[in-house]
Amino acid sequence: MLAHPDLTKLIFGRLTLEALPLHVPIVLGTFAVVALGGLVLVGALTYFKLWGYLWREWFTSIDHKRIGIMYMILGFVMLLRGFADAVMMRAQQAISFGDNMGYLPPEHYDQIFTAHGVIMIFFVAMPMVTGMMNFVMPLQIGARDVAFPFLNNFSFWMTVAGALLVMASLFIGEFARTGWLAYPPLSDIVSSPDAGVDYYIWALQIAGVGTLLSGINLLVTIVKMRAPGMTLMRMPVFTWTALCTNVLIVAAFPVLTAALALLALDRYAGTNFFTTELGGNAMMYVNLIWIWGHPEVYILVLPVFGIFSEVTATFSRKPLFGYTSMVYASVVITVLSYLVWLHHFFTMGSGASVNSFFGITTMIISIPTGAKIFNWLFTMYRGRVEFEVPMMWTVAFMVTFVIGGMTGVLLAVPPADFSLHNSLFLIAHFHNVIIGGVVFGLFAGIYYWFPKAFGFRLEPFWGKCAFWFWVVGFYFAFMPLYMLGLMGVTRRLSHFNDPALQIWFVAAAFGAFLILLGIGSQIMQFAVSFKNREALRDVTGDPWNGRTLEWSTSSPPPKYNFAFTPLVHDHDAWWMMKKHRYQRPLDGFVPIHMPSNTGAGIILAGLSFVFGFAMIWYMWLLAAVSFAALLLTAIAHTFNYHRDYYLSADEVRRVEASRTELLARHV
Amino acid sequence: MSMKAFRGLLLLSAGFLLAGCQTVLMSPSGDLAKQQRDLILTSTVLMLLIIVPVIALTLGFAWHFRASNKKATYDPEWDHSTILELLIWSAPLLIIIALGAITWVSTHKLDPYRPLDRLDAHRAVPADARPLVINVVALDWKWLFIYPEQGIATVNELAAPVDRPLQFKITATSVMNSFFIPAMAGQIYAMPNMETVLQAVINHPGEYKGFSANYSGIGFSGMYFSFHGLSEDGFEQWVAQAKANGGDLSREAYVKLAEPSANAPVQFFATVAPGLYQAILTHCVQPENPSCMSRMQMRPPKAEGAASDNVNADGAATGMAGMPRHNSSSD
Repeated sequence: MLAHPDLTKLIFGRLTLEALPLHVPIVLGTFAVVALGGLVLVGALTYFKLWGYLWREWFTSIDHKRIGIMYMILGFVMLLRGFADAVMMRAQQAISFGDNMGYLPPEHYDQIFTAHGVIMIFFVAMPMVTGMMNFVMPLQIGARDVAFPFLNNFSFWMTVAGALLVMASLFIGEFARTGWLAYPPLSDIVSSPDAGVDYYIWALQIAGVGTLLSGINLLVTIVKMRAPGMTLMRMPVFTWTALCTNVLIVAAFPVLTAALALLALDRYAGTNFFTTELGGNAMMYVNLIWIWGHPEVYILVLPVFGIFSEVTATFSRKPLFGYTSMVYASVVITVLSYLVWLHHFFTMGSGASVNSFFGITTMIISIPTGAKIFNWLFTMYRGRVEFEVPMMWTVAFMVTFVIGGMTGVLLAVPPADFSLHNSLFLIAHFHNVIIGGVVFGLFAGIYYWFPKAFGFRLEPFWGKCAFWFWVVGFYFAFMPLYMLGLMGVTRRLSHFNDPALQIWFVAAAFGAFLILLGIGSQIMQFAVSFKNREALRDVTGDPWNGRTLEWSTSSPPPKYNFAFTPLVHDHDAWWMMKKHRYQRPLDGFVPIHMPSNTGAGIILAGLSFVFGFAMIWYMWLLAAVSFAALLLTAIAHTFNYHRDYYLSADEVRRVEASRTELLARHV
Repeated sequence: MSMKAFRGLLLLSAGFLLAGCQTVLMSPSGDLAKQQRDLILTSTVLMLLIIVPVIALTLGFAWHFRASNKKATYDPEWDHSTILELLIWSAPLLIIIALGAITWVSTHKLDPYRPLDRLDAHRAVPADARPLVINVVALDWKWLFIYPEQGIATVNELAAPVDRPLQFKITATSVMNSFFIPAMAGQIYAMPNMETVLQAVINHPGEYKGFSANYSGIGFSGMYFSFHGLSEDGFEQWVAQAKANGGDLSREAYVKLAEPSANAPVQFFATVAPGLYQAILTHCVQPENPSCMSRMQMRPPKAEGAASDNVNADGAATGMAGMPRHNSSSD
């Protein structure tokens, strides 16, 4: 390469050929598969001349619906990666007993469980929840887009940049070996000198910018852009939960950013915030990270509660039972979620009074959550419950989630937590609520709103296969972990000595295999539905006989969502409109003010990726250049005056007329 | 149908509990762990009072009000009932009030810092009983146990006489671990610069497993030890054996021992350098270390240079401002 060693260092930092995993067959094999897949994808896109289409219609799109869909795709792709990690862990733990050390050495295994946690929370659950809110919420409140359309596009690409950094760590260098929250002192420069923790920090910081901005954006949208007549207490419950979640995001994510920034200073600048040296206090980090981390749990689960509320009401053919108490329950959960963080580390040795306080506040959260469960229950009561796939997920959720809630309250009793903390019982508990709650809910939501997004329904056979494989697989995978926790087995072990444990791990691995079949069924479902899309076409725009405003538009909705902003007189606005024999306006269209697409978001995020990568590898020159470019691009974007255009009244009339014709043909 | 589902669920949970009875957490050998077990069971039963009906009602309603069952009442406007709403908020509230009260009492009673007042359900701690102090140091990736009273130290093996109150003082050298012997008592973190305390007792002789319950790096899976509950005589013999076979844990030997190693073998030390534990806690094993707390104008550790590490529960300065350290007089 370069003759002068200092110049090499300036350009390449600490990145050397050693960082490539040429000696690790598993990673090399993965790389081969990923590279091959990538080449096929790029080749296909080039062959079908899709690059221009993707760039113009998707990558640069500031349409909240398209951005929402792209978030969902990102989440699903990352789910495949995160799940591959899960399968590897289950396989390792199922065979690594006694003399058999399994197939993963600890330094590899430890990266896998770290990556699994980081990916599943930050790059699967978060994008999917954000995507759901992005797509559905503006339609539900009768808005044409979010408050800051460009910011939305930028937020999405920042999330992608973070995800790409995590993926890059698979093939260049390594990922953190610290567990998903990277507690110091383990994550400090002494104990983790390599690039893994830096990948972690920069991936989360960059994606965190996106999450925070998106939180502000959606919050402002809900506060400022509701259709006339939609008072707060007439908002659909999903929108309410989205409001609560975005309040939580705006309040909690800066804490994460600050904690990671301090950790980065410890690692890069030699400060001692969290080190064991010179008066640093690592426990401060643990507090900070959970002050973000516990609200994060509710950031994920609240919108999903909203999804279940919509689904239960729609398929029970009844209004949601106890709308008001549902809203108050969400708000109470939002507030309380800030008062419980210490329950993640009762074992740190705080006094009994402090521990009891946080234990009891945690239990109090189960009261509004319990009220929600009862509300769904009584929504079904005296309904006509149709077991479409989303409703099946909802019933599975209600049964599964209460078990997870129960074990959660158990863990909130400090003396019980002393025995169960960090055990596989804890792992079973949070998978119980995250899979049984967040994941089931997202799948219900995907199936429910898919026709709205793409104009055709998902094919139910493979949907039901996916449902049964996932649900049964979940119970097989995690009930044994509860038992192992009671046997005193702790988390993050890559090897065991007691052969009596093996049967439980084998059962859990079988569960993971069933979930694999579930994911396979979902991929089949997408493929088959796409193939049969003409037969599955939704021409009405209201395939489920829905209750909220998104069902009043066509499927997929036009760019501008609503030709006329709807007037709202009650909650379940669309249901009321149908009841009062609402007639679509067929004339009198006016030009619509629309935002223009822009490539600035993807370019800024690309530069952020380069900057993050350069910082991780100490490539100071590249870091400086990319950071300067980042600032310049951002400033240059402020001089872009082609930000909006008017969709002419004629164009609106043409789009609306074609819908009228479609509706008439399919009466 | 709903009754059948209800019965099935009861059977299922009973079966689950039955299998769970064999596990170490459900059949422990130390009084603290036993009380924690009882607490887990009480809380679970209390919550099942509401969980089981909810699951049964969910399945029952879902089945009964299915669209194809035209006999079921359909009331498309019914979305509110004050009585029901009061009920659905107050039922969980009552359970949580009960559970909250249990939590407050048990958290104080089972506080790991609190000196024991009983050996088990039937025996109080004798008035003249003095707890056996054991200093625990989590190293990368092994456990060092120092017995100040006996003047010995061990690596990855722990022993204690049954029915004698034990006072563990716990710290770590580089990263955080968690000291956990499930059969005896709950865990508590082992943190560098800081000291946590666990007051416990083991009631039955036997060999138990102890380990780190907080991931600490690549050697973590091998970071376990056996814990022997022994009779008084057996414990004397165990100490004598350590004294006969063990080496000398000087400060130099400790520095060598503290170097990272995985799956470390059991070791015994017949003698321990004076003040070693206190020095580890304050980073002063090598006094020239810039992080040594006595150099940092903190309160100088009293035990430094004293003949023994055996300092009373709230005596010697053991750490820094803001560290989790409990003052037992506040109880």
